[in-house]
Amino acid sequence: MLHFRNGCAALIMAIVAVTNLSAADLSSQITAIRNVSREGQGNEAAAAAVRTLSNAASSDLVQILSGFENASPLAANYLRNAVETVADRHFAAGKSLPTKPLEGFVQERSNDPRARRLAFEILSKVDATAADRLIPKMLLDPSPEFRRDAVQRLIAEAESLGKDSTDQAKQIYRQALSGATDSDLVKEISESLRKLGDEVDLISHFGFLTDWRIVGPFDNHDFVGFDIAYAPEKELDFAARLKAKEGEVTWGEITTVDEFGIVDIAKSLAPHKGAVMYLATSYESAADRHVEFRFGTPNAWKLWVNGQFLFGRDEYHRGMAIDQYRVPAKLNAGKNVILLKLCQNEQTDDWAQRYQIQIRVCDPSGVAVLPVKSKSESTTRLDNQSTPQSQRLTASAEGVSE
Amino acid sequence: MINLQNAFARRIVPLIAAFVSSTCLTGADWLQFRGNDVSGVSALSEIPATWSDTENIAWKIDLPGRGLSGAIVIGDQVVVTASSGFRQDRLHVLSFDRESGKKNWERQFWATGRTMTHPKMCVATPTPASDGQHIFAFFSSNDVICLDLDGNLQWLRGLTHDFPNASNSLGMASSPIVIGDTLIVQVENDAESFATGLDTANGKARWKKVRPKKANWTSPTLWQHGDSKPVALLQSSAGIEAVDSVSGETLWKFGNGASTIPSSVVAADSLLVPSNGLTALRLREKPTDDTKSPEVLWNDNRLGPGTSSPIVVDGKVFVINRAGVLQAADVTTGSILWKVRLKGPFSATPVAAGKHLIFFNEEGGAQVVDISGAEGEIVGENSVGETILSTPAISDNEMFVRSDGHLWKIAK
Repeated sequence: MLHFRNGCAALIMAIVAVTNLSAADLSSQITAIRNVSREGQGNEAAAAAVRTLSNAASSDLVQILSGFENASPLAANYLRNAVETVADRHFAAGKSLPTKPLEGFVQERSNDPRARRLAFEILSKVDATAADRLIPKMLLDPSPEFRRDAVQRLIAEAESLGKDSTDQAKQIYRQALSGATDSDLVKEISESLRKLGDEVDLISHFGFLTDWRIVGPFDNHDFVGFDIAYAPEKELDFAARLKAKEGEVTWGEITTVDEFGIVDIAKSLAPHKGAVMYLATSYESAADRHVEFRFGTPNAWKLWVNGQFLFGRDEYHRGMAIDQYRVPAKLNAGKNVILLKLCQNEQTDDWAQRYQIQIRVCDPSGVAVLPVKSKSESTTRLDNQSTPQSQRLTASAEGVSE
Repeated sequence: MINLQNAFARRIVPLIAAFVSSTCLTGADWLQFRGNDVSGVSALSEIPATWSDTENIAWKIDLPGRGLSGAIVIGDQVVVTASSGFRQDRLHVLSFDRESGKKNWERQFWATGRTMTHPKMCVATPTPASDGQHIFAFFSSNDVICLDLDGNLQWLRGLTHDFPNASNSLGMASSPIVIGDTLIVQVENDAESFATGLDTANGKARWKKVRPKKANWTSPTLWQHGDSKPVALLQSSAGIEAVDSVSGETLWKFGNGASTIPSSVVAADSLLVPSNGLTALRLREKPTDDTKSPEVLWNDNRLGPGTSSPIVVDGKVFVINRAGVLQAADVTTGSILWKVRLKGPFSATPVAAGKHLIFFNEEGGAQVVDISGAEGEIVGENSVGETILSTPAISDNEMFVRSDGHLWKIAK
């Protein structure tokens, strides 16, 4: 039975693989894949296109990889499958792959990071020297996976040095830190540097926002507060006295010196339960640019930037981790106003008492995007002199999150 | 040539593929979590009670990533999923030759949903499912990937991509099941909770139901009465909801609450629900009383399972509690028949092969219990030496179990 089946597969492959696809054919199939969208729309056309692309020649791989540019995550996965299938077919047949064009594609940093990584993985299967040749140059690469590989190589190099090479080790660790964005590697490097007597500023490295205005608590008994638009969502007036859960409240300040940027409301202010707190800060951007707000919190939250609602999540005490949530956002040149709503539930379990958040601003590869002015100049503080008295904040759009 | 090729691909290839697939299938496949009928029982199989590096391990192979998902067996293939990378955002689907353990193919994808999980869990926690011709891999990121048996992508869905608040920061664990040409997927969490029936042909939703807004790690099960249509049984903190797999119509509900970790199991025409201990419900196509709620046959709060789901063999239900005590009870009456203490803790659900129940604990210790006598008897104690949180698959006297690093075939 097995032999019969394999025979059929070989027959099918032989018939459908008799011709190369023209550039126009390739392009139309890639377009069909890129048109795939939400809720399965375009799935049939995308699957048919993958079947066709899977019979492409190895010389077509780079064109298919080029189709990743600005492709949705769904389309990227379809394209990936086509590329993998073409490559596997050639591996199985013992045929060569176009290593030079693949390497060129990997090295071109403007290409899609996902496609570059896939090209690299295929290349590495036929060229055992590819990693040694390419990875050391990728410390500051837009691809987080390439950066990680480059950082790990430097860590290994530093660790291999003897005790009499402290200065050299420090230099290599510093170099590694310059490219490190993954928290595990940053922690490992910073611990090593500290053992060698160096100081490391993790707040700046990650780009944590540490200084906030804060007001509350507002009512969140039975989870009601998540959907109620309390006063700060309607008008951001730091001079206002606001009616809250336990009477009138005014805006105060909260600052963290935690090196992982954790703003701890329960410890710094009070262990509020069934509560909503609002936090606001400003962020001075050098230019109009796209960034990611990356969060970690065990509490429910909503985020607005410059009055636009970006995303909210109604989940409590299911864990907290750095970069737990990624919210894409557009920053304007100059001052940007960030408003957070952080909700605490009424659970009494020991493990459900955390009321905290950790938030940073970075680019898509995880590299910190720091505000223009330094923290000592209080750039992340909002004050009534530099901020419009009544900054309107309206929940106007559904947020997008990864 | 292109037109000819497309015509060939559209018309002839599927016919050949359908024939090839149908001729490759055997009655002994293990197509989803707890097997084809979601019972966890392979009545005719005989698995060795003892094994070691030199005895009764046919092969052991390396896996490229973590996984709590169980293996499934489709004809001559063993299929597993895995997740890798610092963020566990690389999703793997792998097919191995059942006889030799040689890799047939591997396909990788990028997660489109959140990948954070509790450290004990990982993104490859749900067990994949199959209809015998396709593989439906589901991940904690709520990505659903359909491949044919040669690894060719048929369709994919990113359920968190489509519904951005559908996720659980502790991780999702519910394993999908196939009923007819519908894939039943529970995406239940604190924020955007739903279950959906996906058309196995294209991944589009036949139906999507709002479900209790509370984290839920249980898996759906199925019940078929005679020749009637199989019914999907969805468990949650609210209880049980019986759903027509094609239309999504709710047929009846049991609203007395249920666990969100161990899943229910069908025993002929009753359903054993981890609810207030263990509760037996009489299964009917449509409850006849006004409450639309099934009759409670019995309840015993001493029979509450820990993490592992209960299993039913030969009129007895077997439950392992948080303390590692295995209890056997009469399915009809709920009477506790015997107890035996095992070495836990357990996350994997036990499976049955002939007269043996096989329990893998979290340390990788496998205890084989003979359940044919008046008392349970431990007849084998083995270890694979690695953490095992996944439920094994059994097919034709062969057992497949995986850790984060390896997949084993255990057979004489």
